Amino acid sequence: MSRTRYWSVRNARWLKTLYASVEWLLIKANPLLQKIGYERLDRPFVRIEKMTKGVLLDSQSCGQCIVSFTGLSCPMNCPKAMRNGPCGGVRDDGTCEVKPDMKCVWVLAWEGNKRLSNDGYPIQVVQPPMDHRLIGHSAWLRELRLKTRDPAAASSDEI
Amino acid sequence: MRFDDEPLIAGEALPILPGHVSHGRLERVLRAGAFAVTAEISPPDSADPHEVYERAAMFDGYVDAINATDGSGANCHMSSVGMCSLLTRRGYAMVMQVSARDRNRIAIQGDVLGASAMGVSNVLCLTGDSVEVGDHPGAKPVFDLDSISMLNMLRKMRDDECFLSGRKLTEPPRVFLGAAANPFGPPLDYRPQRLAKKIDAGAQFVQTQYCFDIDRFKDYMAAVRDLGLHEKAFILAGVGPLASAKSAEWIRTNVPGVHIPDSIIDRLKAAPSETEEGLRVCVELIQEIVEIEGVHGVHIMAFRQEQRVAEIVERSGVLGGRTPWHPGLASGQTEM
Repeated sequence: MSRTRYWSVRNARWLKTLYASVEWLLIKANPLLQKIGYERLDRPFVRIEKMTKGVLLDSQSCGQCIVSFTGLSCPMNCPKAMRNGPCGGVRDDGTCEVKPDMKCVWVLAWEGNKRLSNDGYPIQVVQPPMDHRLIGHSAWLRELRLKTRDPAAASSDEI
Repeated sequence: MRFDDEPLIAGEALPILPGHVSHGRLERVLRAGAFAVTAEISPPDSADPHEVYERAAMFDGYVDAINATDGSGANCHMSSVGMCSLLTRRGYAMVMQVSARDRNRIAIQGDVLGASAMGVSNVLCLTGDSVEVGDHPGAKPVFDLDSISMLNMLRKMRDDECFLSGRKLTEPPRVFLGAAANPFGPPLDYRPQRLAKKIDAGAQFVQTQYCFDIDRFKDYMAAVRDLGLHEKAFILAGVGPLASAKSAEWIRTNVPGVHIPDSIIDRLKAAPSETEEGLRVCVELIQEIVEIEGVHGVHIMAFRQEQRVAEIVERSGVLGGRTPWHPGLASGQTEM
């Protein structure tokens, strides 16, 4: 699994463009999706996300995706669930202190970030704590609702 | 060092000076431009308060603040809240370390309110070592927050006077916020940026991992100065005495994030007394660190060698004749 994850970070640039077009389509389709009902769409969307993000990025389906800030490296693969950057325990060869045979997700994130932008790294944006209620729900639908300003999608815990 | 506005009873709060966020002595020392010394106290595996007092007394007159560790290395000891509670009563300036490994946002916010009420003026926000490296590897890792989201949350509590949920506080915790930094771990070129992010999230002082690789630390500080971070936060470099070449090798292999160059281990091996040489290395490193632009102090981590902190500080001359406050300091004895 980690091999596809490394591949995705290396190909972060065009994968991000691909996602942007998916998002564009979703925004266009939003009135229809709204009519069907986000709750009813949640499970099919989770299935689609598992088949795409799950396979390509090893996404752990936290329901509040931030891979556009992390160079497409899913931070939920970090054993400490760090969402704001690498801990101090990364080994000299760039592997994880807890799982020595896995490359640190934040070492990958930094590589991905350097691919995605030349200045103003998205990795520098301070991420709020996770909302544990969203785990296992569709991140794309939440993103869509945030983008189309549905206030019900905003987490109460956001800082 | 005594301030003019010292409370009559040790343990009562000093007034907050203009431009300061805390009642604390550490913030005062740093903002006054003095080169600060902090040290880590190892919490006892005991419920006896005297063990805590005895360990703290070893630092009297040599350190500006004492760090109470929070299950460091994911090993079980007396809690940092408990240590701080005992020592703030005697007037010590405490840096309460808070690890995100064991407690969620509800517990941490409650602890920080309680700590501030007890007189804790400094909180060091840490993600924490993973449970797998400690003595209870089967424990549930919490990691509800990470160091950065914790900093952001505590700054919100202090400055916006409310919980993370937005619910109002009648009195916010007046805490000077700290973070850790490891200049020596990959990705090396990201580490200065990582410090910038921590400062952005609320860090006002920084205590680094052990600096044994002084050349790499100098490179890191150059990058930190380029980003102007040394003007936004106070940076205290981590140092400590190595007991022997064997223990140095053990630390290097087993403690995540500690980098010890071969040259230091070779030097210990060649010396007639490895322990004495370890102390000499530490003193020399401090003397080199003092000269680095943008470093505002040292943080001494002398794990199981606390009795040697006084000698390290003395021999390095880092205090420049200044005597930090301690409970035994009679009134009017020493001024800054």
